[in-house]
Amino acid sequence: SSNGSGGPRRLSRALPFGRSHGRLGVSSSGRLIVPAPSSQEKADPQKTAFLLRKAWTLYSVTPLYRFRRGRLRDYARLLGAFIAAEKQKGLAVEVGVELDIKVALSSLADLRGSELDQDALLVQLSSRSQASSKNSEDKVVWSGWFCSVFGDDLSENVPEHFTCLPLFLTHGAESYTSLVGSWFQKTFDCCFRRLAISPLNLSWMVAMWAGCKLDRAASAVELVFSVPRLAQPLDISYAIHPEDAKALWDTVQKTPGEITQEEVDVFMDCLYAHFHRHFKIHLSAAKLVKVSTGIASAQCDGIVKILHSQYLPGVLMLLTELAISQIQ
Amino acid sequence: MQRSSRARKQPLHAHHKSQTDLSAWRKGGTIDSEKSLQSHQSANDQKYDSQEESLEQALSYFEKVQDCVALKKQSVPQKHLDAVESTALKQGLPPEGFEILLNIVLSGKFADTVNTRLLKSLIPASVIPEDSVVKAVSWLCVSKCSGNIKLLFLKWLITMFDYIDHKEQLHALYGIFFSFLQDERLCPCICHLLYLLTRKEHVNPFRIRRLLELQARMGMQSYLQALLSLYKLFCPEQVTITLPGKMKTYFKNSDGPWKAAITAVRQRNQGPSSLSQTLFLGTAQPRSRKRKWNAQLVIPASSANTNNLEDDREKCFYLYSTNESFPLEQLHTFPQLLQNIHRLEFPSQMGSVLTNPLLLHYMNCVKDESIYLRLYYWMGQMLQEECTWCMVDNPYEEEFKSFLETVYKAECFLQEGFSACEEFLYKTLPLWDGFCCRSEVLRLLSWIPLSSFSDIKSYLYDPLAQLFFTSSIYFKCSVLESLKELLQNWLNCNAIQVDLESSSLNTTLSGLVNGVAELVRFVGWISTVGLRLENNSMLLLYFILDFYEIVCDMYLKYNLPLLIMLPAGIFYPALLSMDSVNLNQLCYIMYRYRTNLVAAKENELCKKKMLQFKFSDQTYQVYNQYIIAMVGCLWTSSAFQKDIHPQGLHMDDELLSKTAVKELRNSFNIVYHPAMMGYSIQFLQQICPDDTTFNFKLIKGKKWNWYLEYLYTQGLKGLKVFIESSISRVSQASCNKAGNAEA
Repeated sequence: SSNGSGGPRRLSRALPFGRSHGRLGVSSSGRLIVPAPSSQEKADPQKTAFLLRKAWTLYSVTPLYRFRRGRLRDYARLLGAFIAAEKQKGLAVEVGVELDIKVALSSLADLRGSELDQDALLVQLSSRSQASSKNSEDKVVWSGWFCSVFGDDLSENVPEHFTCLPLFLTHGAESYTSLVGSWFQKTFDCCFRRLAISPLNLSWMVAMWAGCKLDRAASAVELVFSVPRLAQPLDISYAIHPEDAKALWDTVQKTPGEITQEEVDVFMDCLYAHFHRHFKIHLSAAKLVKVSTGIASAQCDGIVKILHSQYLPGVLMLLTELAISQIQ
Repeated sequence: MQRSSRARKQPLHAHHKSQTDLSAWRKGGTIDSEKSLQSHQSANDQKYDSQEESLEQALSYFEKVQDCVALKKQSVPQKHLDAVESTALKQGLPPEGFEILLNIVLSGKFADTVNTRLLKSLIPASVIPEDSVVKAVSWLCVSKCSGNIKLLFLKWLITMFDYIDHKEQLHALYGIFFSFLQDERLCPCICHLLYLLTRKEHVNPFRIRRLLELQARMGMQSYLQALLSLYKLFCPEQVTITLPGKMKTYFKNSDGPWKAAITAVRQRNQGPSSLSQTLFLGTAQPRSRKRKWNAQLVIPASSANTNNLEDDREKCFYLYSTNESFPLEQLHTFPQLLQNIHRLEFPSQMGSVLTNPLLLHYMNCVKDESIYLRLYYWMGQMLQEECTWCMVDNPYEEEFKSFLETVYKAECFLQEGFSACEEFLYKTLPLWDGFCCRSEVLRLLSWIPLSSFSDIKSYLYDPLAQLFFTSSIYFKCSVLESLKELLQNWLNCNAIQVDLESSSLNTTLSGLVNGVAELVRFVGWISTVGLRLENNSMLLLYFILDFYEIVCDMYLKYNLPLLIMLPAGIFYPALLSMDSVNLNQLCYIMYRYRTNLVAAKENELCKKKMLQFKFSDQTYQVYNQYIIAMVGCLWTSSAFQKDIHPQGLHMDDELLSKTAVKELRNSFNIVYHPAMMGYSIQFLQQICPDDTTFNFKLIKGKKWNWYLEYLYTQGLKGLKVFIESSISRVSQASCNKAGNAEA
């Protein structure tokens, strides 16, 4: 039930898929674009709507050891007690009593790509309202989710008892991220690392996303550069009309369905040349720190915001790939 | 001097030393930790000696004090008090000091100011004996001291609770402590103490009633609620009141002045390697510095896998598991490991095995892929996240060093490299400056496994060669040392495999031979270039020959059908070396080459069961050329004529005569060789003490033989075995010339 007509189907093909990883995670230069799987089209946008338009902080996570889908309620109970205990700084805490932070763990069935992908896992912390009136809704103070979209590179090599959900996204106070992360590390013997996005990958993102057509009027394509080695920090913002960006990309891309490093380089070089013509500044000497398009925005320090539900799987696929290359 | 004469290493002996070291490193063993504590302190010993004396005097003074004493400046008690204070803050107090000092403090012999100062100095160096605390409680009951001191003592007791060696008698005093609840001032502290002491059997209706009465009298106090909720947890049927579910801090922070002092004392006593020490005892303290939550280089303490306890039991994950698994926290000795090996489970975080030799032993027994995979992921992420030369501005180099050190020790213990570590090295060597964590990184190199993976050249050798050529001579020597260890590890691992599975030999053997050959050639190449860069440095040559000491013996010692001669670029600098150590070592190496080649030839001839192979004729040819050059130099004084190696010493007579050097022909024999000149001079001085002309020509005939004996007694054992094996002497009586090479 994808909204829009005609366009979306072709566009959903334009989602990037994982580069093949060498033994040392050295990636080849081309990304294959494969047809989107059917599951993606069945996805109910309502269920994942809350993931959109929020700034998510990215982490990579190594496979979880002995994680059991059937025990989510127990995990929630234990995690809740852990959080309470940490806040009490070492005093004994009774497991199962009412605590001021409520923990909920649930599966997000719609967020997966291939057959090998596990369902995404959502963790939500909510605080009981002080008024303690029964019908007032608990307020979500922190949320985080683990997911894998076409994470086959990782999951096909992993034996039984390991669950691969290499991408972890959080929204909320860092102190809660730290508590939840610590508990997962202790319980499932996994490791979390912040997932930074290199300027190279940011340029991939802007090229790929600039080429996607959107149904409604989209916001500008914006690139933010930071100029190194200056006494005062200087950021340069470079905004392009989305239709111009798409037109440029269309002239650059040779084979529909595939993107190569060369094409991305040409696309960026065109943008740089244009900027230089007007401002006499070589942007290629600055560091690309943020890109935003109508589809998503991403920052080099690993914070993304996804704007369009239709492209949610595609963006997650790319991020899963980045997370896996950080693990392997 | 006597390198070749020292006991030759047998295969596998190389690392036994560190293995025993590690097993001596018993988990939580108090003896060992004290021992290492001592060794860390050795530097400070002298400083502390005088301090210990004054502490002893102070303690014996306080032990004997009878009556009330007033404290004046410059007085005797003041001096002793200062001694106690300074020792306590620096090293902590020994266990035996506590009874004496607690006696003084709680008996009210001194003024409160003194008691307070003494109480504040009660910092344990190791543990606090339970007896001293029990006696202190009895003083508390007779109320000789003031309320302030009582309160401070209770706070001290709460802070030190974990340092008391046993607690059984304290538990027996539960009722006594409970009776102190009536003192309103002490009540919060007593509640906290009871909270720490309470066990299920302590909860009874009388005590519950008493607490409820107190609550009625004093209102809802958090400390009373804490104790009540604990009682309710133990006996929900007896405590029927509803307690507010909302948690808040029950007890005010009563750490008092001690916590910081304890930490400081611990750190000082444990010395620089406090990381591994604390880990080892399984009591890893959170780092004082603020770190990212996900990237602390703290190796987790080993604790049972709580995640599995509940649901895997019926699954019988380990086939012969009984229904009870053995708690890892209680695993301290090797016998315990043996008795419980069938009911052990790996810790919830595999990283913790690194610092636990018992678990490393266990890991050796259990071959389960998931163990290695968990370790692989954890270690890989740790190494990447904390790598000081990959991450900009990472200030934690010392920690990273000690982490690398821990990984290396574990590898030595397991006699096996970790694949995460291998990948880390391949990824980061091209970025490495060769300086940061140098010795740690180079040691890790030695555990890179030999694999069929053919890219070792581009991942390891190329970046290493670049660093080698551009770094100092010390770096070059360290690299050679590591590569020697690497070669030895490969050969040892193979020796084990050959023993275990002789059937699959053919498949692995060619891979091994190729890998080893590639390594030996690589070292030959960088050594040749390195010697030229460093002007034939003796030090560098020493390390190079050390490597070849293994290479020349690979056939006999490691059953490897491979012998690679050392390149001429190493052979000739060693032969003409200015120092006797290297010359002697070269003689030893050539002797071992000979022994190996002869053995190979014999096996070839009689077609024994030894691995069927044939060294190329070229190996024999090069060997013979070297031997001719060596014998020509050292013995027959004919090197310039007889040397036939293309890079050798051969020179026309005509050219030689132009040099106008006298006695040119024998200038490299064992009398005139620059490396041997010192010996020949000393020898001459011994046989003709009156002759100061140094007439070297005297050394011939019978004296030539004496000279040889003299050299052998000077430790030139390599020269001895070389001469005895490779030079056939025409007649034992008179022979200072003839002699020829065999083989």
